[in-house]
Amino acid sequence: MKILVCISKTPDTTAKIAFTDNNTKFDTNGVQWIVNPWDEWFALVRAIELKEANPAAILHLITVGESDADPIIRKALALGGDEAFRINAVATDGQYVAEQIAAVAKTGNYDLLLTGKETIDYNGSAMGGILAGLLDYPYISLATKLDIQNNQAIVTREIEGGEEICEAPLPLVISAQKGMAEARIPNMRGIMAARTKPLHVLEPVSSSNLTSIKQYHLPTAKSGVKLIPADQPEELVRLLHEEAKVI
Amino acid sequence: MSILVYLDSADGKIKKSALEVITYGADLAKMKNEKLVGVVIGSCTDDLSQLGKYGLQEVYWINKGETRVSAQDTDALAIGELAEQLQATTLLFSHSLNGKLLAPLASTRLKAGIVTGVIEIPDLTNGITVKKSVFSGKAYASIEIKSNRCVLTINPNSYSVKEVGGNAIVTESTIQIPASRIKSRSVQKIAGELSLTEATTVVSAGRGLKGPENWGMVEELATSLHAALACSRPVADAHWRPHHEHVGQTGIAIAPNLYIAIGISGAIQHLAGVNRSKVIVVINKDPEAPFFKAADYGIVGDAFEIVPKLTAAIKNLNAN
Repeated sequence: MKILVCISKTPDTTAKIAFTDNNTKFDTNGVQWIVNPWDEWFALVRAIELKEANPAAILHLITVGESDADPIIRKALALGGDEAFRINAVATDGQYVAEQIAAVAKTGNYDLLLTGKETIDYNGSAMGGILAGLLDYPYISLATKLDIQNNQAIVTREIEGGEEICEAPLPLVISAQKGMAEARIPNMRGIMAARTKPLHVLEPVSSSNLTSIKQYHLPTAKSGVKLIPADQPEELVRLLHEEAKVI
Repeated sequence: MSILVYLDSADGKIKKSALEVITYGADLAKMKNEKLVGVVIGSCTDDLSQLGKYGLQEVYWINKGETRVSAQDTDALAIGELAEQLQATTLLFSHSLNGKLLAPLASTRLKAGIVTGVIEIPDLTNGITVKKSVFSGKAYASIEIKSNRCVLTINPNSYSVKEVGGNAIVTESTIQIPASRIKSRSVQKIAGELSLTEATTVVSAGRGLKGPENWGMVEELATSLHAALACSRPVADAHWRPHHEHVGQTGIAIAPNLYIAIGISGAIQHLAGVNRSKVIVVINKDPEAPFFKAADYGIVGDAFEIVPKLTAAIKNLNAN
């Protein structure tokens, strides 16, 4: 079995969000970069578990990014995976990324393509679906469990008001979320091994660029909290009812 | 030329978030002088002609007789085909579970640009530019779409439902949905829970509650407000509450009208998931809790004393 896990480089969850160049560019000054948590904690760790259960499985990682993404790929490889691909281009939107990954996936004959449910920076939640659409593979979004039995995937996905267990043939694209696996911390052996794992840098294929970010905006700051004495919760109820009109 | 809205349904009922998307579509249709058309897939017990009330002119109904638990991937191909038949310029979904599944598949089918998590009506002065939430709610981005046709998903609770009056013409569609290669084995429903992303009021609690056995008073407060329950990440990680209640950067992002946070300090990752709430109330014994800076109303004090009194005061308001 061949597995491809799609990973993104994102700012750390505690990063201060600011913009430069007249609010047209994300201010990367002082920002720590991480593997997108949805990709790492769920898609990648589950793929590693599947490989541990089936050592013959081949696990590849792929990202779209410039050379500053290399440390992030090495971080992911420290957790597991045999080799990685980096498409040498700026990841402009989910569609662009999906087109780049599809080009590699088409020749790679992967059985399972995994990605996180979204990135914590652009919150698109679209890349996995576009990838499945481009490859004409079945697509299961927001999966919370994944097992492989007799060359079939048994997947639990979140649906409105509950969950559904479904089975799908391979090849298959899955977007992973919480429940799929437990986050891991790389050990020293993994970190050392990651240094020598192959990292192939590929040039991008020509691709449609259908969206572009024109400007960023920060939310307007709250005007300040109105404090209510602890012994007067009925005053809070009055304010929520009469002033804020939300109850 | 038309705008096509996917009408999200659950258990045969059109969802509130779908009505929000219809309202969004009605405002956009007016600006573009186009027809507003909806599509429903599977059986539905609601009177679809009544959706005209929100500005929908026509509804196409695919697989009317089929009982569905949820959308499937190949629905997107049928929706795409209908969009082509109708020469739809814009295809709208809610940024819901079904929308997240179908919108990217449909945009690929249509070779259309896609923007998800849209929060405002587009700016049409120069092509089409939409505003979406990014960095898990810590910022917004204005995004230009360069394709002729576009697919948008609209964030729940970001566009209020408006009634304009009228009736929609309901037509059964002959479009065939290709068989999905994915087969359903079983479905488990969690009964009686309000959808967290759709809820207008959310009551949330954190580590300050000290243990899962103390959630009774939080549930009672939520019931008095018809609110959905949520929690912070440490609470979900400690298995005090189920993971699907975790709101924040690595949980669910929500934007209710009222968010009440009890015993949650307000770490930046938690705020990222809730700061689009219209009104935030924070109850915390620590006056230095960062959450107070993001709150509209606050009470500094012991949650175990305040929450039952607050519930009593709300019940009192409900009774009058």
